[in-house]
Amino acid sequence: MTDATANTAPAGAGQGSLLIKDSRTAKRNGAEGRFKMYGLIAVCIGIAMLILLLTSILTSGLSAFWQTTIQIEVTLPEEKLDKSGVRDPEVMAKVTTFGYAPLLRDGLEATIAANGIETELSAKDAAELISDESVAQLRNRVLRNPDLIGQTVSVEVMASGRIDGFYKGRVTYASAERDTNISPAQLQLAEALEDKGLLNTSFNWLFLTAPDASDTRPEAAGLGVAILGSLYMMLIVLVLALPIGVAASVYLEEFAPQNRWTDLVEVNISNLAAVPSIVFGILGLAIFINFAGLPQSAPIVGGLVLTLMTLPTIIIATRAALKSVPPSIRDAALGLGASRMQSVFHHVLPLAMPGILTGTILGLAQALGETAPLLLIGMVAFVREYPEAPWEGGLFDPATALPVQVFNWTQRSDPAFVERASGAIIVLLVFLLLMNLTAIFLRRRFERRW
Amino acid sequence: MPLSWILLILAVIGTIAFLMARSRAIATVDGDARRLHSLPIYYGLNGALMALTPALGLLAIWLLVQPILLDRSILADLPAGAVPDGGTAALVMSDVRRVADGIDSGISSGSFTRDELRDLSVEDVGGLLASEGTALGSALTGEVLTAATSYWQARSSLSWIMTIAVIGLALIGGAWAVSRSRGEFRARNVVERGVLILMIAAASIAILTTLGIVLSLLFETANFFRQYSWTEFFFSTTWSPSFSGRGGASQLGILPLLWGTLYISTIALIVAVPIGLFAAIYLSEYAGKKFRSVAKPLIEILAGIPTIVYGLFALITVGPFLRDAFASPLGLGNSASSVMTAGLVMGIMLIPFVSSLSDDIINAVPQAMRDGSLGLGATKSETIRQVIVPAALPGIVGAVLLAASRAIGETMIVVLGAGAAARLDLNPFEAMTTVTVKIVSQLTGDTDFASPETLVAFALGLTLFVITLGLNVLALFIVRKYREQYE
Repeated sequence: MTDATANTAPAGAGQGSLLIKDSRTAKRNGAEGRFKMYGLIAVCIGIAMLILLLTSILTSGLSAFWQTTIQIEVTLPEEKLDKSGVRDPEVMAKVTTFGYAPLLRDGLEATIAANGIETELSAKDAAELISDESVAQLRNRVLRNPDLIGQTVSVEVMASGRIDGFYKGRVTYASAERDTNISPAQLQLAEALEDKGLLNTSFNWLFLTAPDASDTRPEAAGLGVAILGSLYMMLIVLVLALPIGVAASVYLEEFAPQNRWTDLVEVNISNLAAVPSIVFGILGLAIFINFAGLPQSAPIVGGLVLTLMTLPTIIIATRAALKSVPPSIRDAALGLGASRMQSVFHHVLPLAMPGILTGTILGLAQALGETAPLLLIGMVAFVREYPEAPWEGGLFDPATALPVQVFNWTQRSDPAFVERASGAIIVLLVFLLLMNLTAIFLRRRFERRW
Repeated sequence: MPLSWILLILAVIGTIAFLMARSRAIATVDGDARRLHSLPIYYGLNGALMALTPALGLLAIWLLVQPILLDRSILADLPAGAVPDGGTAALVMSDVRRVADGIDSGISSGSFTRDELRDLSVEDVGGLLASEGTALGSALTGEVLTAATSYWQARSSLSWIMTIAVIGLALIGGAWAVSRSRGEFRARNVVERGVLILMIAAASIAILTTLGIVLSLLFETANFFRQYSWTEFFFSTTWSPSFSGRGGASQLGILPLLWGTLYISTIALIVAVPIGLFAAIYLSEYAGKKFRSVAKPLIEILAGIPTIVYGLFALITVGPFLRDAFASPLGLGNSASSVMTAGLVMGIMLIPFVSSLSDDIINAVPQAMRDGSLGLGATKSETIRQVIVPAALPGIVGAVLLAASRAIGETMIVVLGAGAAARLDLNPFEAMTTVTVKIVSQLTGDTDFASPETLVAFALGLTLFVITLGLNVLALFIVRKYREQYE
């Protein structure tokens, strides 16, 4: 047999020197190199996509944190704002924003004249540089502090969305020619104001605190209500999902007998983890809103839906943490006379706590970024009122959530809202980053290996 | 009485029950805690558990059931003419509820007192509601006002009954526990059994959730098929819902939606599976420790990014790029939202999903198989292709199926990237739509739960649920079967 094989072996193959590569070896080595290269390329594509994604969001969103403002001197005449002269905010509230708009217009005109800027624009056209929202802001400021009436105050007003866009590169002279909302002359005026130091760009705190604004005022749109709504929902998820999740996992991991019922629960949990999130939205709409009669757009409904959605994540993480506690700990506690319940609650659970908290934070992070189920329970509504504090029934007030606000802004026509949406995503990602860093810290600092 | 007050009172009762039960137990053994059956804290916990659990349970059930029963009885009392033509009883009911809320705030702000309520005219209440900015579905009628008044009265008296019942139950439970709190009472056993029951209840929430999903989907889907033929739904190739009130019959065929879903998911998998698989192979078989410790977390970051971020990425970057670079020059259309956009971005989203699942599976292949293959003279890539991948194949197939289920159920990327036009087309640069997009668009905004245009969303949801559930079960089945080979 051996002889026969040796005789029939093809000449050349495997018979040359080990030091000289034959063509077949070269081919195989080439294939090896190519294969390795494919792998490297795949890894690089993954990382490149991450970088591309983040840069795309950052470049279009970072500018949302800056806002162009105009410094103008406004006279607040008593005869227009407070005819009674009693300085009572309730009486003064009768003067609507229509009463304040001319003041800003006159103020801008006076400021332009005082600084010797020449413009062919009428006072009305020049006033289009100022955001409509500034009128309401001025009114609120006066109502808070009635003593300002009769004085000439220096106010910093928001520039309109187009002027803001001009300084962020979104609007140019060429595009202004075709735009009915802005003219090149207005841009020239803005540049003249900038030369005099009256038009500045500063950090946009209002973006983080103000509520949403209407379609025509992208410069005033903020995330205040959305951040508050997301915070409320995270609170509900934490309060409900953590105890329920821990109780369920402790039962399944430590106490459950091996029977049909336990099997059913386990299969259910693993299936729920893979159910599309939008199905949870349908559940929320059908059960919590239509059946139980809870209000639409309320953080309580969003929180309940997100709780049901994150429960499987938390249960799976908690069970893994419980599993990693060695049986010797339980045996020692039982041997000293502790009951099973005592051994779990006094020894196993505290040792598993870092893992449980890590899993909970990751579940919360998943809930924070979830959008689809919230769309179905009406959180996409336009909400300008801040919800009350949670103990005053704020959980039942209408609110929005960060990711839903992003979606809401992408559906609007003004391109300035794309910038706002990207800015909101940066805020969302910062929150997620903080949560994940906390989870990593907990794991590094407290996790024990046996 | 507001809910927060009830909860606060319950907390106080619980604390008192805890302290009383504990001190009474200690008192029965003359202060010598060693003669107790259990540690003192268990007597206290027994008191608190007995006071709180039944009361909180009653509160939850009451809050759930009361609005349903109340609505039903008010509706039954509503005279026949109260429901206007073209309106539904549900709309009238929501008006009744709004008027009742208006009465509530009217009384709390002092506009009128309880006694004056009987004499209020339709105009008075209408003016009051208008001044508070409450909008009604239709003009306020006398019938609605009468119903609202009785609704309001029933609601306020029921809320008092509930408060008394809940607090009474808490007091009874607490008192009973305190009276049983003696030295020989086996408090620890009772508390531990109670805690176990609570834990079983927590574990059952998973089943309740599934049950809730299935029941709500089935119930509304059955409603839908009562109004719309199921053959039309499953086999019609047109999707054109007409909005209620505008007339005309809707055509609600699921086929164009399924086609869009499958087309986008296929593109996503074509992107994600090779990249994810090769990345997993490289990271587990070739990469050095240092490279792996940097690259693996970086790729996994992709999995932690919310899908709305991918959606925005598709909308502002990928969509316009594909349109300007490929679709317009090739004459394939000029839509920024397209199957290709959504598919590519979804593929990126799925890369870490495929790679981390495959990574686990490849690492589970026994080292002996690698060593055997290498020892026979195979190169590393030959070992991977001819030994490791075949051995890991069932697991990899399972991972791909799970990724497919993810892709089919994904919503935000397709809402922002794929467009809203339902069509059966092969051109990947054309806007198409998916099942999830249509669920969102049929259920947001004004919805009327009596019209097939809204109810169709539940039928779509059920289809989606069944497809993804089937894929998940199949994947788990394959993975389990594979695991048995090496254990």
